[in-house]
Amino acid sequence: MDASLAPTTRLPIGSDADLAWVRQEVRQAAAAIGFGLVQQTKLVTAASELARNTLVHGGGGYMEMWLMQDGRTRGLRLSFVDSGPGIRDIELAMTDGYSTGGGLGLGLSGAKRLVQELVVESRPGHGTTVTVTDWPPGLPAPRTGAS
Amino acid sequence: MTAASAGQGDSVPVLALGDVLLITLRGELHDGEAERLQYDITHRIAHNPVPVGGVVIDISGVEIVDSFLGRVLSEIAASARLLATGTVLAGMRPAVAMTLVELGLTLPGLDTALDVGRALALLGRAPSGSSPAHAEEGA
Repeated sequence: MDASLAPTTRLPIGSDADLAWVRQEVRQAAAAIGFGLVQQTKLVTAASELARNTLVHGGGGYMEMWLMQDGRTRGLRLSFVDSGPGIRDIELAMTDGYSTGGGLGLGLSGAKRLVQELVVESRPGHGTTVTVTDWPPGLPAPRTGAS
Repeated sequence: MTAASAGQGDSVPVLALGDVLLITLRGELHDGEAERLQYDITHRIAHNPVPVGGVVIDISGVEIVDSFLGRVLSEIAASARLLATGTVLAGMRPAVAMTLVELGLTLPGLDTALDVGRALALLGRAPSGSSPAHAEEGA
């Protein structure tokens, strides 16, 4: 069982300046709990992809960040929340190369490969929440999509 | 505390090094700045007083490349190619390279070099006497 430790940080996502802000906050939090440089870079990149999805597909929203605790180990959980049109077919949206926004279609599928856990909740017409959770290497959650 | 205050009007300088255009990216690049850079480089190539012999984009100061920035870099290379100029991406950090592989992002049309000196050499324009035999990190 893991439990959330710290108070939630909540950042608005409404412009590309906000995307830069999200990247900096996630980088600082990941560095503060001792993630190595490669893991920091992967998590920040995933956050950048998901925050851009929130902005471009969701029409804006916010990110919430929690510090997690599992025994003595600390992790990070990030939720990207919008109240946009939602995703009708999550499985299709998770496919490499699938894009409705003129991008490369790597946002969701690529982000999933960069973190240990990624969960998409969406109701058409009511918005989308994408939550990622990352722990230091060698911990419980198996890496998704890896062979 | 700089992201929110970084001006949208800032643009990335495009420097001429002989007939090579050198662009150095640092820190946080907003999406709008990246798109504007693509426009600036393409126009510079088309209107430069002397034919441009190559474009070097130094990303050694960039901490992350996501799919948006990757696409912009590829499109810069594609535009430059159509204007008869090659583009070399220099100085990618190892963590960025590993992340791009897992993201599944390839950078078609872009040559890469470990640093600016080697990028210039790749374009056949090594600065005389200034390329160290062993360019190490932190040197």
